[in-house]
Amino acid sequence: MKPDRAKDNHYYHSLTRNMLLTVIIVSFTPMILVSGVILYQFQMSYHEKTHAHIEELIQKHKQNIDSFLKEKLRDIRFMADNFTFEELRDEIFLRDKLESLQKEFGPVFVDLGVISENGIQIAYAGPFKLGKALYSQADWFQKAMKSKYFISDVFLGLRGLPHFIIAVRDNWMGEKWILRATIDFVAFNSLVENIRIGETGFAFILNKEGKFQTKPLLDIVTTRKPYIDFLSDRNTTKDEIHVVERTDESGHKNIYVATSLKNGDWLLVYQQRASDAFSDFRRTLRVALIIMLLGGLGIITMAFILSRRMVSRIARADREKQMMNKQVVETGKLASVGELAAGIAHEINNPVAIMVEEAGWIEDILEDEEFQESENLDEFKRALEQIRTQGRRCKEITHKLLHFARKTDSRIQEVQINDLIEELVALSAQKAKYSNTAINKVFQKDLPPLQVSETEVQQVFLNLINNALDAMDKKGGVIDVTTLMEGDHIAVQVADNGPGIPEANLARIFDPFFTTKPVGKGTGLGLSICYGIIKKMGGEIDVHSVMGGGTTFRVLIPLPKQGEPQEEDSAEETDIH
Amino acid sequence: MSVKESDQRDPIRLLIVDDEVGFVNILAKRLRRRNMEVASAYTGTEAIQILRKQDFDVAVLDLKMEEMDGIEVLKIFKKMDPKMVVIMLTGHGSEQAAREGIEFGAFDYLTKPCELEELLAKIREAYQERK
Repeated sequence: MKPDRAKDNHYYHSLTRNMLLTVIIVSFTPMILVSGVILYQFQMSYHEKTHAHIEELIQKHKQNIDSFLKEKLRDIRFMADNFTFEELRDEIFLRDKLESLQKEFGPVFVDLGVISENGIQIAYAGPFKLGKALYSQADWFQKAMKSKYFISDVFLGLRGLPHFIIAVRDNWMGEKWILRATIDFVAFNSLVENIRIGETGFAFILNKEGKFQTKPLLDIVTTRKPYIDFLSDRNTTKDEIHVVERTDESGHKNIYVATSLKNGDWLLVYQQRASDAFSDFRRTLRVALIIMLLGGLGIITMAFILSRRMVSRIARADREKQMMNKQVVETGKLASVGELAAGIAHEINNPVAIMVEEAGWIEDILEDEEFQESENLDEFKRALEQIRTQGRRCKEITHKLLHFARKTDSRIQEVQINDLIEELVALSAQKAKYSNTAINKVFQKDLPPLQVSETEVQQVFLNLINNALDAMDKKGGVIDVTTLMEGDHIAVQVADNGPGIPEANLARIFDPFFTTKPVGKGTGLGLSICYGIIKKMGGEIDVHSVMGGGTTFRVLIPLPKQGEPQEEDSAEETDIH
Repeated sequence: MSVKESDQRDPIRLLIVDDEVGFVNILAKRLRRRNMEVASAYTGTEAIQILRKQDFDVAVLDLKMEEMDGIEVLKIFKKMDPKMVVIMLTGHGSEQAAREGIEFGAFDYLTKPCELEELLAKIREAYQERK
């Protein structure tokens, strides 16, 4: 029995596992695929949208900065074109023009200077004391002398502060001269500083050598990728905007956007942490993942509960089927035993009949005169009477056996429960005698008939009475069989005063194959079959036991409802002669 | 009841048919002692042969016999001597078969083992029926 149970448990565990896996795979596969595709598409479009947004921003700022530079250059050109060298070399005039410019554009123009061909500043208007300064060796001066208009990189120069110069070259009396203006670094820097997105997005400007033309928000090393890439490629990408995503040394992924300024001399770079740029996407992704996780957990939980519940139902159905099969076998066995008993009873009847008749014959002979004087006549008559009495007893026993054996069908018929139990008690009388047990019948009179299978009810109570007798062992005791009405049920109690059933066994007492009897003495099916029969009738069976105080089985069988059609007793009688 | 009681009456002619030889013999002895003319047959065939040679008032016929069934014998008896009254003798549990016997013309039935007094009463009733 135990290996079978272990095998069954293994089978049901494996069934649960397979169902669980199937449900999980079937539910998760489409969910993961659909979610993956949607997520991928969403990620792509979000990336594109973010990139486009940054590109647009950079494009706009590129235009702003370029316009700023062009505008400032135009102002200086205007001045150089409209005023003569003579006028501009006058420092009062020059200061007046600087004030006009500052009035119009704010403190963007720091100072103005007029420089002769040999690099000597002829006139200066501004906050620094740079009069007669010599710029012949200055890089910007040399470059400015070579082209008509020039905008320098940011440098410290003589004043020791970052600034850059816009210079316009002109001729006077065959000699070149330069009008230059210094652009306020702070004002220019604010143009780039204002490019801010999120928490980590910032912009800066690099020159051809990779030196900062504006102050970056963070300390960054421009000799590293992707700045080098941008700087080396920028000649080929003059008006384009380039976007790349790279991981920096600290392991953070950044978006880099670059475009050229000042006809390719400068590079406007914008950089932002990808996590910051895509923070909304990441948040959405987190929410989606949490929903998926919760959904997944829900699916797993449901799959677990459902598979456990289904397998438990399957197991119960299997057990019931197994029990039904056993019941069919047991009923078949009972029928065979019944037929056998009927055959034996019939065979016994004939010799008993002969014995009784032979005794009767002796009785007849004893009536003859020759035996009337015999001193043992009374003893003979007593002995013969005893033979006749025992013959009648045999007849009663065989008749009960035959009556019992005839009922082997499970068709519904009218059954008087008191009569049926009376019969069973009579059948069990011999066993009770050996067990030294008295069976008391406490019947409520005039109980209405039941509509049940007589055989099945008989099987239930014979089982309960036999179990009670087995429980008595050799010590003996009392069994009370009680019938009474309880609402619309008839209650039958079989109570013994045996040793009782341990609590641990009580919970499993109706389980199939559960037995406490020695191997070969019990199948462990009796009570589970009883349970099945009573449940099938819509009744109840329960047990109450006290260790040392005995056990009571209580069976409730429902009475037929009013107006319920009653089946005819069409049970075929076993044809025994 | 005294054995001598029925001495004054005309003897009832009785045929007992049963394959239980011991039962037939002892029953025949006891009934002869009660002033009955008893013939015994241990098979249906034997009973039919006896009936061809002799008339009987009453027949006591066992239902279950190995060679020929009691019902079959009854049918033949009724053809041979419709006036003869037949009492079926049966083991317990074959009341339906016994009732079937009554349908085929048996007078009544008794279950084995039965009290002699009961059988005698039934035989006398049957004899009155024949008369």
